[in-house]
Amino acid sequence: MVFFRLKRTVKLGVKSLWMHRLRSTLTALGIIFGVSSVIAMLAIGEGASRDAQEKIAQLGSKNIIIKTAEPPEDQSAVGQQQTLREYGLTYADAERFQNGIPDVQVIVPNRRISQQALYRNHRVAIEVIGTVPWYPEISNTRVKFGRFLGSTDMHYKQGVCVVDERVVKELFAFDDPLGQDVKIASDYYRVVGVAAEAIQAKGGENLEAKDATGAEKAAGANVGGIYVPLTTVKERFGEMSLQITAGSGGTLERIELQEIIVQVRSINMVLGTRRSIETLLSRFHKKNDYEIVVPLELMRQARDFQRIFTIVLGSIAAISLLVGGIGIMNIMMATVSERTREIGIRRALGAKKRDIIFQFLSETLLLTLSGGVLGIALGSAVPLLVTHFGQMRTVITTSSLLLAFGISAAVGITFGLYPAYRAANMDPIESLRHE
Amino acid sequence: MTELGTAFDFDAESPILVMEALCKNYQLGSVQLRVLREIDLTINSGEYVAIMGPSGSGKSTLLNMIGCLDRPSSGEYLLGGQSVADLDDDELSMIRGARIGFVFQSFNLIAQLNVVENIEIPMYYQGWSERDSEERARELATMVGLGDRVDHRPSELSGGQQQRVALARALSNDPLIILADEPTGNLDSQSGADILEILDRLHGEGKTLIVVTHDENIATCAERVIRLFDGRIAQEEFNKER
Ligand SMILES: Nc1ncnc2c1ncn2[C@@H]1O[C@H](COP(=O)(O)OP(=O)(O)O)[C@@H](O)[C@H]1O
Ligand SMILES: [Mg+2]
Repeated sequence: MVFFRLKRTVKLGVKSLWMHRLRSTLTALGIIFGVSSVIAMLAIGEGASRDAQEKIAQLGSKNIIIKTAEPPEDQSAVGQQQTLREYGLTYADAERFQNGIPDVQVIVPNRRISQQALYRNHRVAIEVIGTVPWYPEISNTRVKFGRFLGSTDMHYKQGVCVVDERVVKELFAFDDPLGQDVKIASDYYRVVGVAAEAIQAKGGENLEAKDATGAEKAAGANVGGIYVPLTTVKERFGEMSLQITAGSGGTLERIELQEIIVQVRSINMVLGTRRSIETLLSRFHKKNDYEIVVPLELMRQARDFQRIFTIVLGSIAAISLLVGGIGIMNIMMATVSERTREIGIRRALGAKKRDIIFQFLSETLLLTLSGGVLGIALGSAVPLLVTHFGQMRTVITTSSLLLAFGISAAVGITFGLYPAYRAANMDPIESLRHE
Repeated sequence: MTELGTAFDFDAESPILVMEALCKNYQLGSVQLRVLREIDLTINSGEYVAIMGPSGSGKSTLLNMIGCLDRPSSGEYLLGGQSVADLDDDELSMIRGARIGFVFQSFNLIAQLNVVENIEIPMYYQGWSERDSEERARELATMVGLGDRVDHRPSELSGGQQQRVALARALSNDPLIILADEPTGNLDSQSGADILEILDRLHGEGKTLIVVTHDENIATCAERVIRLFDGRIAQEEFNKER
């Protein structure tokens, strides 16, 4: 009985809505845009969040990254043409982390130097990363072709290197990089492997794909990284790096290590170890010349940020749907008063109050649900366009579709109930007399 | 129709409707408007009654009262032995839908529905199946001479044709009483005559008809003419020749 009623009521509703096509379409537009903006915003938010989460996860949730930071300028040094500044992490620090903190499993000391690489007649800006053989494992960097640096390379301070994908693209074009020799500064390095692009942790909670970092920021953007055994770097480049600052000529800097990655045995040791590292460092580094990045904390922050983001999006969506709902209610009120006579006729011909409520409510629902469906279609198309043209990752989740559909149904019921109730409670005689 | 059984049962022997000292007042600000005053009226099954009177004398109010669209302010109204004052809104709707057929001066068809769909409305609210009600609606459309117009919209029909659809609609539930409020008021004389002819035929089939009219032609067709004046029954005459 109810089902058979439903079918005919829907038919009737379609007829009434079809009679005022333009008005119905305009009314549904409010819902269409409301629902599609909810879906699109959630898809963009979800995409950005997953991107961030993945980048952070790649930094390693069991890792603590300690980076050399330029200490605040000494007062005495200001204005001088040439100075030697000595700061940053040292090999001694690495040793202390390895031996002085119980939960540390492994450390990776890295030396980073801005340089230029030459292959045939191509010259590009790169970053030389002096590192150890277990770097890929700890930093989640994949070796795509060939091999990574080995312990023999370390021991014999070999002139070998592993280039990352971006360097391959810029430097080798169509050549197979493996086995080629790349000239960096005055020496040649034989390419033994190709690594995937690495994610770098920057201070200040920013996460970006490889970029100029730390002391080399004045050197400008480089195209990628070339990994060389740390021992080789130490021998061939020494421990000095010359930094040219824009205004005040050159500054000589002495930095032993740009970065030390510490990996602990398990995730719940991360925060404790971080505190131990801080205590240790504060004892040996009077200048504030380091910063500590904890991916695990970044992950938590990203999650908190995502929560806020969702709340903000949710509020915007709620407001836009509220506006859409009010539009619907407005139109339904107008429809009801316009069709007062019809209501009177139906009541005279035997319609009960609840029949009238049912009729108008199903009309509103029809309007909002079809608006919801169109909104879902539009809302799913927008993220695709954003991904295609904006190069942004978007993720449409099933729950966001269900949410949007549920919301449009709820809007229909909420804002349809009052007009329907008004319609049902009109006096039949008055309604019949209505012009 | 089965739903109605408990709420409302007609007793074939007693009069279809009985009104005793029925009053209807409207409160307009501080003034009380007495629209119907002390109406005593009994109508038997199968009667053809015309209600006449000057404009504003309360004819439509009386007809709405009979049709259970309104409740009396005081007095008794028994429809088939059942007091209408005791019925709730749903029960009144049920009676209107099952036992009463309305015909209005201004046709009152629903614009977005075609002829068949308009005729189906009372059956829809009585829970008829789609197929049964459509079949009956087509029969009725044919009966009132609109068998070839079943899918036309009201706006595509003349006044006379629209009123015939309204009559077919009033008949669809096989009601006991047909109430018509100035059914020929908006029609030219030929269309009016067509309607009168159908009413006559229905009367011949034993329907109870109560027609409000200014039209003396209808009055001569009816068996009984009730003249209202200022909310009272001023005169009641029986046409002997019928
Ligand atoms: N809802 C109402 N409120 C106030 N006065 C009403 C209402 N309905 C009808 N009336 C008054 O009742 C009187 C009778 O109206 P009606 O029955 O429509 O007269 P008729 O149909 O005989 O022309 C009129 O004076 C009318 O103004
Ligand atoms: Mg009248």
